Amino acid sequence: MTTPRSVRSMTRRELLSSGVAAGSALVVGGGFVAHSTEAWAMEPTTLSPHAMATLVQMARDIYPHDAIADAHYAVAVKSHDESAAADPAYARMMESGVRVLDTIAGNRGFPDYLGTGWELDRVKILRSVENQEFFQAVRGGLVVGLYNQKEIWGHFGYEGASFEEGGYLYRGFDDIAWL
Amino acid sequence: MSAPFDLTDDSVVVIIGTGAGGGTLANELAQKGISVVALEAGGRHLPEDYINDEWPSFSQLAWLDKRTTSGGWRVAKDFSGLPAWIVKAVGGSTTHWAGASLRFQDHEWKGLTHYGEIEGANLLDWPIEPAEMTDYYAKAENKMGVTLTNGIPGLPGNNNYKVLEAGARKLGYEHVSTGRMAINSQERDGRSACQQTGFCFQGCKFGAKWSTAYTEIPAGEATGNLEVRENAHVLTIEHDDGGKVTGVVYADPAGNRHRQAARAVCVAGNSIESPRLLLNSASSMFPDGLANSSGQVGRNYMRHMTGSVYAIFPEPVRMWRGTTMAGIVQDEARHDPSRGFAGGYELETLSIGLPFMAAFLDPGGWGREFSSAMEGYENMAGLWIVGEDMPQESNRITLHAEEKDQHGLPVPNVHFTDHPNDVAMRNHAYRQGAAIYDAVGATRTLPTPPYPSTHNLGTNRMSADASKGVVNKWGQTHDIANLFVSDGSVFTTGAAENPTLTIVSLAIRQADYIAEQMNQGML
Ligand SMILES: Cc1cc2nc3c(=O)[nH]c(=O)nc-3n(C[C@H](O)[C@H](O)[C@H](O)COP(=O)(O)OP(=O)(O)OC[C@H]3O[C@@H](n4cnc5c(N)ncnc54)[C@H](O)[C@@H]3O)c2cc1C
Ligand code: SF4
Repeated sequence: MTTPRSVRSMTRRELLSSGVAAGSALVVGGGFVAHSTEAWAMEPTTLSPHAMATLVQMARDIYPHDAIADAHYAVAVKSHDESAAADPAYARMMESGVRVLDTIAGNRGFPDYLGTGWELDRVKILRSVENQEFFQAVRGGLVVGLYNQKEIWGHFGYEGASFEEGGYLYRGFDDIAWL
Repeated sequence: MSAPFDLTDDSVVVIIGTGAGGGTLANELAQKGISVVALEAGGRHLPEDYINDEWPSFSQLAWLDKRTTSGGWRVAKDFSGLPAWIVKAVGGSTTHWAGASLRFQDHEWKGLTHYGEIEGANLLDWPIEPAEMTDYYAKAENKMGVTLTNGIPGLPGNNNYKVLEAGARKLGYEHVSTGRMAINSQERDGRSACQQTGFCFQGCKFGAKWSTAYTEIPAGEATGNLEVRENAHVLTIEHDDGGKVTGVVYADPAGNRHRQAARAVCVAGNSIESPRLLLNSASSMFPDGLANSSGQVGRNYMRHMTGSVYAIFPEPVRMWRGTTMAGIVQDEARHDPSRGFAGGYELETLSIGLPFMAAFLDPGGWGREFSSAMEGYENMAGLWIVGEDMPQESNRITLHAEEKDQHGLPVPNVHFTDHPNDVAMRNHAYRQGAAIYDAVGATRTLPTPPYPSTHNLGTNRMSADASKGVVNKWGQTHDIANLFVSDGSVFTTGAAENPTLTIVSLAIRQADYIAEQMNQGML
């Protein structure tokens, strides 16, 4: 992930302390979203850092894989900021989608979506908006945005391209032992 | 060297599309000394270009021109712009195909006779006797190097096959094997043996799998009688006042239009583009489109009754290793109405990579139910269900009233709704598929909905009676003697088997007929 210059000029400690903890491990600050333990930060150009952080959490709630780091979910939703930069209507759709999530969370007694502690409660919020364009845009983008990241294939055991290795003819295409 | 033919040369046979049907026909005619110009909308990609990576490969090879969908099928909701998975490249869908090469069962040539009238179905017998096909099937199997025919050994079973086989045997199924596959189990025809890479759907980088792109096409070109013009997208077919076709108009990548004259035209663009081309070629003489006096052009669209069952086991399977589809259970392929439906189905091993699994396992699904299934990917086995679906008049390809493609022509709309027979068969197959895996210890089974159609059939169907179909038993249109259809759209009914072996056999047979007609001065 590209670390924006303004963020890079701060030490990691300064950066994290200048932001506000949002939800689990995300820190939202002036112009950036950072992670409290993973070494990444991003500086959205169009969407607010709060919206961006919400999208990251939402991505995890849609396709939760507990052993996959937030960084991969952040990569998976980054394109929404790019689309928002190119299209003001898209930006409005994204921002208002996040506001709706926060409002529903508020009505249910939580500070906002990110401040809704249990996944189950957040999922209930998402279920209530799952037919809306906003949710479908985020979920639809994740199918490729998340699962097509080669970096996470190993987590699923998937080995990717095999041609370069000469296929599996001599590398276990029929090695099943438990049957 | 392949001969370049002049645009005004009206002695050539023009073939539109170079896939299973068109690519085979082009070579067969060229071998007989007939001059052929094959026009292909896509580019030429060969094994060195193929990509072992699902989405990039899809972008490289798939037909991505605009299409729309309607009807009750789930594809219309989940993949509204992608009704079918078809290749746009020299070689057509034989680049993507998995190689399963099965003959029809005899009774399947006569659907109406054997199944009887079924409400809502537009069943018809093929105007072909099963015995007429025996020699052509044999020729096709030899050409394609189909395993378990011509003394060619079967492919070795991979992990996914071993799970299927063990489960099927426990259930008492008897017809279980690695199947008849157009994939080299040993070197043949200058092509290598399968290296078990597991990317059959992305184009075989070893050339072990038969594809017209690197078998029929170069063989035809080597005769000097075949010119393949790639990136040539045919827009319309033209005719004279006598109602004979005279040539075709196509666009090059820059959008410039050219007219190729023709002695005869053979349409082989697969079952969405072929009827679309006939409909887009409407004229004052043929206001409903070419060869459409029956009104059947575009109708009776079939896509096989399909679905998948994936199953998760306590231990790894790694189904993606090795051939994508070399494994089959054939016991349910029979026609046995006591199961509650007409016709039958095959169960074939299937594996898709992680990126496609995310898209196709449960389109639209999310949350832990979905992601925990994905977590089971390494321990998954999978099978594909392919069975006979009922032809229905209302399932059809039409021209969209407003939407236009990059050439300004109406895009095709693909309308499909399952027939109750299809639904009953799918439910039966889901149960049997799950039972196979349960028998060997599956902890979770996932009945997966049909993907965008890979088997597109029936939209220019064969009929003895000119009022009930578009082409005669040779694939010659009932209305226009020098206009032929040479792809899967001629299927009168779909049968339970994967269609390509039959498409290729019919193309070989059609080449004989065209040559004979030419010799007799009829064409
Ligand atoms: C992933 C996948 C797996 C498959 N596995 C199997 C299998 O195991 N066994 C089996 O039997 N079948 C399989 N199939 C199906 C098989 O590929 C098709 O049934 C077969 O290729 C259809 O042959 P066709 O000649 O009708 O069309 P295609 O092979 O699709 O060829 C049509 C060609 O026409 C071209 N074209 C279309 N319109 C125009 C135009 N206007 N101008 C110029 N060119 C045009 C296209 O670009 C294309 O190259 C599979 C298909 C897919 C996608
Ligand atoms: S598994 Fe075999 S047939 Fe399939 S792509 Fe690999 S080498 Fe080719």
